[in-house]
Amino acid sequence: MWGDWHQVWEIVSQPDNVPIVALLFLVPFYVWYACRQAFATDRLIAQLETDPQLAKTHHRKVFPWKAGWDREVHVWPYLMRIEFLAAIIVTIILMVWSITLNAPLEEPANPNLTMNPAKAPWYFLGLQEMLVYFDPWIAGVVMPTLIIIGLMVIPYVDANPLGNGYYTYRQRRFAIWTFLFGFLFLWVIMIVIGTFIRGPGWMWFWPTQTWDHNRLEFAVNRNLDQIVGIDGSWLAHLLPQTLKASSPIIARAIFGIFPLVLYVILAAYLIHLICNLTAFSRKIYKRMTLLQIVTVQVLLVLMLSLPVKILLRLLFRIKYIWVTPWFSI
Amino acid sequence: MPKENGGNKRTGLLEKVQEDAKALKEFFREKGKEELEGLKEPEKTQLFRSIFRVKHDETPRNRALSVLTNLFFHLHPAKINRDAVRYSYTWGMGGITFYLFVVLTFTGVLLMFYYHPTKIQAFRDILYLENDVPFGKLLRNMHRWAAHLMIIAVWLHMFRVFLTGSYKRPREFNWCVGVILMVLTLLLSFTGYLLPDDQLGFWAVTVGTNMARATPLLGHEGPFGAQLGMTPYNDVRFALLGGSIVDANALLRAYIWHCIAIPLIAAIFMGVHFWRVRKDGGISGPSPVMLESEIKEEKGPRPVILRPSGMR
Repeated sequence: MWGDWHQVWEIVSQPDNVPIVALLFLVPFYVWYACRQAFATDRLIAQLETDPQLAKTHHRKVFPWKAGWDREVHVWPYLMRIEFLAAIIVTIILMVWSITLNAPLEEPANPNLTMNPAKAPWYFLGLQEMLVYFDPWIAGVVMPTLIIIGLMVIPYVDANPLGNGYYTYRQRRFAIWTFLFGFLFLWVIMIVIGTFIRGPGWMWFWPTQTWDHNRLEFAVNRNLDQIVGIDGSWLAHLLPQTLKASSPIIARAIFGIFPLVLYVILAAYLIHLICNLTAFSRKIYKRMTLLQIVTVQVLLVLMLSLPVKILLRLLFRIKYIWVTPWFSI
Repeated sequence: MPKENGGNKRTGLLEKVQEDAKALKEFFREKGKEELEGLKEPEKTQLFRSIFRVKHDETPRNRALSVLTNLFFHLHPAKINRDAVRYSYTWGMGGITFYLFVVLTFTGVLLMFYYHPTKIQAFRDILYLENDVPFGKLLRNMHRWAAHLMIIAVWLHMFRVFLTGSYKRPREFNWCVGVILMVLTLLLSFTGYLLPDDQLGFWAVTVGTNMARATPLLGHEGPFGAQLGMTPYNDVRFALLGGSIVDANALLRAYIWHCIAIPLIAAIFMGVHFWRVRKDGGISGPSPVMLESEIKEEKGPRPVILRPSGMR
């Protein structure tokens, strides 16, 4: 049933969903806030680049500056008062929030009564949403590990010395797009989908669609080898008698390697092209060591696999690319 | 005679006492007046000076000293870049995160007075807290919402640090410490989720820890787990829960991780994080822009991990 605004209200007004509603406003606001300053800096950079004489005398910040002003200010009181004010404002927000909205408390824990949908805490819903597209060992273990490693590796693979200590877009296009893609699309939007879209049985319910607990979804997803029609019949001719029975399994396991390798090559080449898009990015690329390039490639190929898998699922209803007896991807 | 003498003595003594009392009164009045006058300048009192050591006035020296001679303030430098105090640059999210950690520690300790991490009592304790403890509901609400807010603040802090390129040299390592702190924040929140022992926490933690089953090599449903002898009774999920299901042991483990272990670890990393902010030259900016033409050409490849002697 569509047009069910009560359902929307029920989801949005869940006390634990309030942070995500807040996130929906806070994240776009701060993206805009950062962009505004980045573009202001970029205009200054463009001005200084065309006017070398000005670059020698300008104080090189977007903030106002007059000769004779002190370069530094005392922490007491100029910083302390801001921190004090911030603490007071946060306390007031917390107080009002805590008085008006109660922390949720459901029935006592009951292992025999499954919650439907059973959702992880909101900040892990991105990982839970990933479970739709990947097996738990990838979505729950490999991907989180890669996110942590990938984040920690950033300062050691970013060979671009510009943009240290000021907002800019021009000087760091690749880094900013990569981070925005990861943070906004693969993390925040996945959380939003997990919160507002996923209903009973982790099925997709559009906003204003009623959560139907009796809805059934027929499994129409197929593995890539099924679509291509790999049944191991011709492999059986090559195998010895003892292995003939398992020829479909072996054929599938061998077949899956090819699309995977194809993906890695294509994705790596695409990343290579993006890394060398402009004269400036080519200059930065040249500064990178082999180790840095390989690290960036490995991490970005793995990161791209998530949107690619989502598209394969949504467009072609593909479940697995590579099926082996031990794991499937 | 003796009567008279005695009478004289008595009246003499009385007069002397009266005189003394008068003098004392005068003395106290004078002193009191003087000291009350002195209280108009409390920073001159011994009490004030013993605590703060520095006069509270507007001289540059004393403004600097008031930061440097205070344990809680001395994490700050005495002076900072005039633009670094602008909210537009910092968004204040790191400081807010730390403040929320303090709020959570405070409310958390109060909550611990009313909570037993056992299957029989945990849920009842929450009901008791909400219905009978004075301000108990407010306390629990504040703890929960501060936790949610802290996660948002951590993400926005990381977002700001990335967009200003503050992770670049020389702050690479502090970025890594920050990533660890973010993970610890998420883990703190996650372990706290189970503690009310209600359906919400139970199923959230069940969903969360079920993923540990699928850990490659170490989980009994993960790739090559079964081949390595993993069962529901010896794999990594068993270690996390202290059992094969989310039950009493899991509650106790979550409690200890949540209240003792992770806060301690986080506090240590926080200390390192703040200390490194100072040691790496204070907050990153807003610094003067650098132009493309000013990039120094690197001589040969830049060794990132292996840095042989003699190389920059």
